[in-house]
Amino acid sequence: MYAFTYLRPGSVRGASKALATKENAKLLAGGQTLLPTMKQRLASPDHIVDLSQIDDLKNIEQKGRRIVIGAMATHASVASSALVRDNIPALAALAGGIGDPAVRHRGTIGGSVANNDPAADYPAAVLALGATIHTNKRKIAADEFFAGLFTTALEEDEVITKITFPMPSRAAYQKFRNPASRYALVGVFVAKRGRDIRVTVTGAGSNGVFRWSAAEAALSKRFSVKSLEGLSISASGLNGDIHASPEYRAHLIAVMTARAVAAA
Amino acid sequence: MTKTGIGASVKRKEDQRFITGNGQYTDDVSRPGHVHAYFLRSPHAHAVIRRLDIAAAKGAPGVLGVFTGDDLAADKIGGLICGWMIHSKDGSAMKAGAHPALAQGKVRYVGDHVAVVIAETLAEARDGAEKIIVDYEVLPAVIDTAGAQAAKTQLHDVAPRNTVFEWAIGDKAATEAAFGAAHHVTKIDLVNNRLVPNAMEPRAAIGEYDPGQGAYTLWTTSQNPHVARLVLSAFIGIAPENKLRVIAPDVGGGFGSKIFIYAEETVAVWASKKVGRPVKWVSDRTEAFLSDAHGRDHVTHAELAMDAKGKILGLRVKTIANLGAYLSTFSSSVPTYLYATLLSGQYDIPAIYAEVDAVYTNTAPVDAYRGAGRPEATFVVERIIETAARQMGLDPADLRKRNFVRKFPHQTPVIMMYDAGDYRASLDKAMEIADVKGFGKRKREAARRGRLRGLGYSTYIEACGIAPSQAVGSLGAGVGLWESAEVRVNPTGSVEVLTGSHAHGQGHETTFAQLVSERLGVPMESINIVHGDTDKVQFGMGTYGSRSGAVGMSAIVKALDKVEAKAKKVAAHLLEASEADIDFKDGKFTVKGTDKSVAFADVALNAYVAHKFPTSEIEPGLKEGAFYDPTNFTFPAGCHICEVEIDPETGVTEIANYTAVDDFGVLINPMIVEGQVHGGIAQGIGQALTEGAVYDASGQLLTASYMDYCMPRADNLPSFKLGFTETRCPSNPLGIKGCGEAGAIAAPAAVMNAMTDALGTEAVTMPATPQAVWKVAQSQQKLAAAE
Ligand SMILES: Cc1cc2nc3c(=O)[nH]c(=O)nc-3n(C[C@H](O)[C@H](O)[C@H](O)COP(=O)(O)OP(=O)(O)OC[C@H]3O[C@@H](n4cnc5c(N)ncnc54)[C@H](O)[C@@H]3O)c2cc1C
Repeated sequence: MYAFTYLRPGSVRGASKALATKENAKLLAGGQTLLPTMKQRLASPDHIVDLSQIDDLKNIEQKGRRIVIGAMATHASVASSALVRDNIPALAALAGGIGDPAVRHRGTIGGSVANNDPAADYPAAVLALGATIHTNKRKIAADEFFAGLFTTALEEDEVITKITFPMPSRAAYQKFRNPASRYALVGVFVAKRGRDIRVTVTGAGSNGVFRWSAAEAALSKRFSVKSLEGLSISASGLNGDIHASPEYRAHLIAVMTARAVAAA
Repeated sequence: MTKTGIGASVKRKEDQRFITGNGQYTDDVSRPGHVHAYFLRSPHAHAVIRRLDIAAAKGAPGVLGVFTGDDLAADKIGGLICGWMIHSKDGSAMKAGAHPALAQGKVRYVGDHVAVVIAETLAEARDGAEKIIVDYEVLPAVIDTAGAQAAKTQLHDVAPRNTVFEWAIGDKAATEAAFGAAHHVTKIDLVNNRLVPNAMEPRAAIGEYDPGQGAYTLWTTSQNPHVARLVLSAFIGIAPENKLRVIAPDVGGGFGSKIFIYAEETVAVWASKKVGRPVKWVSDRTEAFLSDAHGRDHVTHAELAMDAKGKILGLRVKTIANLGAYLSTFSSSVPTYLYATLLSGQYDIPAIYAEVDAVYTNTAPVDAYRGAGRPEATFVVERIIETAARQMGLDPADLRKRNFVRKFPHQTPVIMMYDAGDYRASLDKAMEIADVKGFGKRKREAARRGRLRGLGYSTYIEACGIAPSQAVGSLGAGVGLWESAEVRVNPTGSVEVLTGSHAHGQGHETTFAQLVSERLGVPMESINIVHGDTDKVQFGMGTYGSRSGAVGMSAIVKALDKVEAKAKKVAAHLLEASEADIDFKDGKFTVKGTDKSVAFADVALNAYVAHKFPTSEIEPGLKEGAFYDPTNFTFPAGCHICEVEIDPETGVTEIANYTAVDDFGVLINPMIVEGQVHGGIAQGIGQALTEGAVYDASGQLLTASYMDYCMPRADNLPSFKLGFTETRCPSNPLGIKGCGEAGAIAAPAAVMNAMTDALGTEAVTMPATPQAVWKVAQSQQKLAAAE
């Protein structure tokens, strides 16, 4: 780790100002991604802007048919929130399956979504549930937010403040874990909200999370595992590494999608 | 059996300090004014260093010194050594390429040591290292084990065809004849995957030079501090032995990787004099992946000759063993005498011939890792016999029974003389515990759920308690492998045992104390086991090869015998009886046929006070030492049975059942033995299903962190079912055989025999990851569809 200046603003406005004015500044949420990269000297921000003292970023609340989760809510708090468990159990289960207990008690939804790791779990839920990302400047629809590997629609001085999730009628997440890291080798989130059916895939796409439109179309006819029979996805454009070739990932996408539909 | 004596499951004394954070590991050692070392490592697998410019680094803030291979050479510090000489078939000595602690003009693996920066803080040392300018001329890398000999690139000038040695054991002509007479020949090709040891505590060192005494002290994560001192002194030339103290305090796991003498501790202790400050180095996890000696990495072709009735006639084996870029301390012994001497397994095999070529590649050095050679041997023998049974349509358990050694001692065709065992007993017991009879039903039930269920055996044997000095000397070892002990009885009757064994997780502070408690009748809390410091302990060969019980404790027994003999003399004077009439039992000396007695503690006090016996006849004091050299290796053996269930849709494997029945001879502490077995099985399952070091073609280690290197975790493992059988080991006084490695030795073959059974093909390689299994399941389904 290189030396840096540590800032701890008390408000989102202060955080945004620090981002805009301080040289090479980075937000720090749970630090589960940022700190390891800094320790390995792969990232070297001059200023760290810690969001941990901004309390209203940690809330989880219900607003009509929506669940609103503050950017600084940890994975553990999402997993154990009665509101989330009662209304979007698939989301609570997803949060409870991230990393290990230490990671879940530090890592945050805002950090995870902002980071947009291609193997992260949350992006699949955010996209499948048609969530809205709120920042200090605007609201961004999930479909507009994820812009490729570790890339999002966020601007330099933009801070995620909360994410709103509409409640689905049926939803499930199936994660096939990388045996070593336990990130998603393939994760499929299936959600049905009225006539809107979404199937999103994380862990596999070489551009990060994506929607599997053929599966969505098939399930729109009838929301059942049977509708998926014979459906497969091409391996081209999928990631390959020592743990899984593109072909294996393509196969797992179909398997996990069927399992998610069965579980939803 | 007493509550704390031999055979009692006494809770581990040392755990209180470990689990309350009061252990004292090398990184916990702080010396006044100590500074930090950071090693600049090669990013290339193979390169010539055209220019190495350290000027800017030397001037960087906080930097006290920057050193390179030239500085070591200028101080006449020698290279790292390999202490076991192997000769090739043609009689030539193995080709040991120079192994400087800091590179001299060339780097040979990613992580190789280019220079060291010593600075006030670790961050400053790292900053300094970033200012070192290195011009590398990158050379092609040799990575592939099987292809190393044919590669165009040569790593060491002394080793043409990248070949360290081409060694053989056994009777070639007799083996050829056996194959000529065979009714059936089974052939297999196996890869024994490369593993990274992953001790929980990474390696660390802190070196200190005392100018007043002209002496060095090195705290280091070592399994054998005396051997480290010997090598650092006699071969590397840091300082004479009497001017070098090596302390291995609490050590958090080794699995072999901390036997060896590495570049980092060598440089840390040497540099402490150069910079005039104690120098500390602690490996980070990535450095551990890159630079700890790895394990295994064999490519093997084996053939088994059988007669029509399933009697084994002969075995021939050809193995290529990858030793990495340099020869580590004991690397040459692992694929030779620790491997091929066990190729007879538990079987009466009339003829065996094995050839082993050891090769250099641009990868981390490979050396002993839990089991060291014996897991590789067991994997060959147990995979081929299971395959032979399947090919011949015989039951794999029956085939084993037909071939078991039944008479002892048994001389194998590959040096070993098995002294005792009952292989049938452990197989029978394991089959009963594993409910092999019910397997068919379980398999059908699994099939209804779409799962493939398979069962596999591993009736393994190992040679432990390594061992007789003359024997290992005749095989090329540069050291003797006895052990030493000193038993010091204090005037108040408490006892200190100084042992040359070294505990790094094994629980010696408990088991060794149990022995003393039983023998002297002294309570556990009055017994201290002292180890790991060359200034305290007389000498020692350390802990590896499951030798602490069989060899280390036997030395203590010898010393205890002397203590008891002397105490009897003192007691005779105190009781005014003749020495021949004194009995010693439960901590009390009694005179035969009388009610006169004196407690051990009183005898100890009197031994030191020396008022009541003539010191011209009996020396004062009660302290005895012993060196013990066994007459043979010990031969733990047993039967492991693994049952797996595979989801062919995803390739995920679940270990449904795992049974281990082991014959370790006499058990000192069954609870600790079970712990050793559990850990060993976990590592063996890790090798079979999850672990594997992967280098890409350019020599980058792709599995250099836990994000990619998959250690087995609790949820990969079932609750093991353990059982024991017992045949006493005849070659040591306690009748014990050793239990530290059995799990890691037996498990890979048991798991892979189950996997291949479930999948219906022998073409499954380790690690059988979900992806690998899915691929096999896919092609099996295609085959089935085509039929
Ligand atoms: C061992 C381990 C296992 C893991 N396993 C998983 C897993 O299985 N699945 C999974 O999905 N993830 C996993 N993770 C990642 C984890 O979920 C992290 O929580 C997440 O990636 C980042 O969240 P964070 O709060 O720690 O963010 P930080 O590391 O603090 O920040 C990450 C990035 O987001 C930016 N950022 C943070 N907050 C905001 C904000 N409010 N607005 C804008 N930008 C922001 C930061 O500047 C930084 O660039 C794992 C991590 C570890 C260490």
